[in-house]
Amino acid sequence: MNRFWSVLFLLVPILGIASVLMAMYGVTPLESAWLPKSLSQAGDTIDQLFNGIHLLAAFILAGTVFTIGWALWRFGDRGNSNEKARYVTHNTKLEITWTVIPALILVFLAFFQMKSWAENKMDRPTVTVDGVSTFKAPMVMVKAKRFGWEFYYAGDDGIVETQDDIFVENLLVLPAGEEIVLQLESRDVIHSFYVPELRLKQDIVPGMTQFVWFNAREEKEIEIMCTELCGWGHYMMKADLNFVSRAQFDAWIEEQKAAYSPEFKNVVEPSASLGELKKLHSPQLSKVSKSLLEINN
Amino acid sequence: MAEVSVENSIEPGRKGNAVSRFVWTYVFATDHKVIGLQFLFSSLIWFFVGGFLALAVRWQLAWPWSDMPIFGHMLFAESGGQMSPGFYNMLFTMHATIMIFFVIIPILAGAFGNYLIPLMVGAEDMAFPRLNMMSYWFMWPAFGCIILSFFMPEYGASAGWTSYPPLSVFQGDAQSLWLLAMVFVGISSMMGSINYLTTIIQMRAPGMTMFRLPMTVWGMFITAIMQAFALPVLTAALLMQLSDRMLMTGFFLPENIAVNNGVATSGGGQVLLWQHLFWFYSHPAVYIMILPAMGMVSDIISCFSRKPLFGYRPMVYSITSIAGLGFIVWGHHMFISGMNHTLAMSFMVSTMLIALPSGIKVFNWIGTLWGGKLQLTTPMLFCVGFVSMFVIGGLSGIVMSAPPVDIVIHDTYYIVAHLHYVLFASSVLGVLGAIYFWFPKMFGRMMNEKLGKIHFLLTFIFLNGTFFPMHFLSRMPRRVADPYIYEGLKDLLPLNQFMTICAIGMGLTQLIFVANFFGSMFFGPKAGRNPWNANTLEWTTVSPPPHGNFDVQPIVRRGPYEYSHPETERDFFPQTESS
Ligand code: HEM
Ligand SMILES: [Cu+2]
Ligand SMILES: [Cu+2]
Repeated sequence: MNRFWSVLFLLVPILGIASVLMAMYGVTPLESAWLPKSLSQAGDTIDQLFNGIHLLAAFILAGTVFTIGWALWRFGDRGNSNEKARYVTHNTKLEITWTVIPALILVFLAFFQMKSWAENKMDRPTVTVDGVSTFKAPMVMVKAKRFGWEFYYAGDDGIVETQDDIFVENLLVLPAGEEIVLQLESRDVIHSFYVPELRLKQDIVPGMTQFVWFNAREEKEIEIMCTELCGWGHYMMKADLNFVSRAQFDAWIEEQKAAYSPEFKNVVEPSASLGELKKLHSPQLSKVSKSLLEINN
Repeated sequence: MAEVSVENSIEPGRKGNAVSRFVWTYVFATDHKVIGLQFLFSSLIWFFVGGFLALAVRWQLAWPWSDMPIFGHMLFAESGGQMSPGFYNMLFTMHATIMIFFVIIPILAGAFGNYLIPLMVGAEDMAFPRLNMMSYWFMWPAFGCIILSFFMPEYGASAGWTSYPPLSVFQGDAQSLWLLAMVFVGISSMMGSINYLTTIIQMRAPGMTMFRLPMTVWGMFITAIMQAFALPVLTAALLMQLSDRMLMTGFFLPENIAVNNGVATSGGGQVLLWQHLFWFYSHPAVYIMILPAMGMVSDIISCFSRKPLFGYRPMVYSITSIAGLGFIVWGHHMFISGMNHTLAMSFMVSTMLIALPSGIKVFNWIGTLWGGKLQLTTPMLFCVGFVSMFVIGGLSGIVMSAPPVDIVIHDTYYIVAHLHYVLFASSVLGVLGAIYFWFPKMFGRMMNEKLGKIHFLLTFIFLNGTFFPMHFLSRMPRRVADPYIYEGLKDLLPLNQFMTICAIGMGLTQLIFVANFFGSMFFGPKAGRNPWNANTLEWTTVSPPPHGNFDVQPIVRRGPYEYSHPETERDFFPQTESS
């Protein structure tokens, strides 16, 4: 019976590691279980880290849980014999080893991945104009709202948040093969901009302006997901993201311009302060609190 | 300490008829053991409520918008039994809230902390018995708030257990009840932790030095310190959110925020402030949810290996450093939150460091098993299960603590996998092991071994079936009522159905435990004082121990782990025995 339990514990690393490897290398039935194929250089780096740390983890899992299973196998049967357990309280050398080696691995990991983080989140792309280097202007301003996405393309002046912005809802079309900067803002609560294929995620916090950048190498139709709970409709807060060639993109933008009259309005931008809110008539106030309740269901 | 006879087991000075005696002994009890059992029973009841909510979540993920069995028709008659998306949000919010604040924390600190600390340090009760009683009764307003919130129009709070503003500020009244409930839980924990600290520092039996304390007591001690330091921050944050909701203060609300086309706030607040305050409490809280279990597991593994705990002092130092580091890693929940990206790097380094003491503990447990004379009883199996599952949870923790990797897996099912490996597959297995281990002490009878082993086997298989595949879902966002709305996630349906079936199996398996628990309570074979031949002080008194605990003042002569000492004939050497 003790052998049975030992096998049970041995199965943990065996099945665990086997399934992780199957997912990682696309073996049926887990061929589509891991992440979708990366679309960008920065995404590839993240994948390498993702797979690399998982392999390291698999190695440690094998080492530790195999030892547990093996200990059960070897020492589990001594229950009825007269043999006594070994009286060992500690082993300083062993303990120093298993402190120092993992410490080194962790410190290495810590420093090793800093570059990828900087590439994704800190080194915002710059352009050099007349010898002066400035941040690259965002091509699109993304306004997240309950429960959808508004996209404001920069228009002819190349600057977002101006009169000639082109507004599109729940569809983002972008040229592939170019470095693109997006500006993220929220109209109401926190949302999060997640594109699995780009290995890109950024929470969008009301009151803050965020920037993300990427360079997709392929033309492809994918999706943007919201990954921060934003209310009852959170599950349906998706948008399509199409990467197309530069030519197709230019044609598409022209179409949008024609379709969308340039009367860019700040759709809703109420800015009542607490004082103003108090000045509201009471029936209105109760309407306000009713609409607060409606958010839930 | 005066000698206490068994007759005194009814509280001294309480006379009168049977009813009032019952009320004073079991309801307004000041005896730490009765309070421990009160915590145990209320947590177990909530465990089943939380489990039901989880199964409803799983139901929706496997068969979205289909008729929910039984409850669907009760609640959603007009829609033909299918739940609403808002209801789904309520389900996972209340599941997490109940499991964390009503089950794991109270069962570890409240039930086992109360029951075991005085017994294990050799005290007749807690330092402040009345405070102890209050700490239990302060759970009830919290229970009341949460029960009441289920009857609100939105069926309960639904902004997630993390309750991020602004969303949480614009929720219905259930959110206010939720906040109040959390304040009460906090007060209860605070009273408990002050009591534990005082008892452990002041009331140890003669000879019980700090380094002769069993790991269980060390776990509780460090947990109490963490609670005492972290809870005030949470309480302040909860009250701030409450005043944002009720008094329109706007601590967590920026200028010009518009919800439902027309609501605005005074603004001037910081949305991220809540996250900092919340995680400043809640990261320590995740260790509050595991350190006591680690302590109990250490004691149980040593006992059933018939071998001293390997590296007792490094074990103590590593939980101490987990507690210290635990206060400077909260930012790893916020890598993607919009927090300064450079700051993320320092949180990454501290998070990597905290994995180290966790690893050391695992190595020490394995070192304890190695060369032992293993007795694979039910509690031992649960504890070995704890260790092997904690390895998985700790390793996924390391994966996520790399910020570039966390870009992908933050707020996806990978997180759900991680937290269930550390909270369910580790803490809950540890708790179950501890129940099997201390049941004989608590109720004077043994639990059934055969049923216990079946319970372990099925729980172990089903939990891995439920939670392991979640590691493959790092592109499936969590908290999403219908993931299949995304083209890219449609192929995940069969995997989700598999996980749901395992989850239902896991739920049903717990019925075996219920049967075993109540069956053994009344019909189990009588346990003597020390059925497991263990060393610690609680096993020197009768089972269950009387009011006042010990018939003679225990004098402690050695540490708790002298198993198979070469100079003794027996393979155990109780802490009080004279050599
Ligand atoms: C080796 C040690 C550990 C490391 C390195 C670690 C790391 C992390 C990281 C980086 C996250 C955030 C992931 C994200 O949201 O993007 C996280 C989440 C979490 N961890 Fe751990 N963790 C460890 C151990 C534990 C333990 C022992 C527990 C509890 C007993 C725990 C419970 C949680 C929970 C509940 C969450 C999710 C919170 C939420 O967003 O709802 N972790 N962990
Ligand atoms: Cu959302
Ligand atoms: Cu944490």
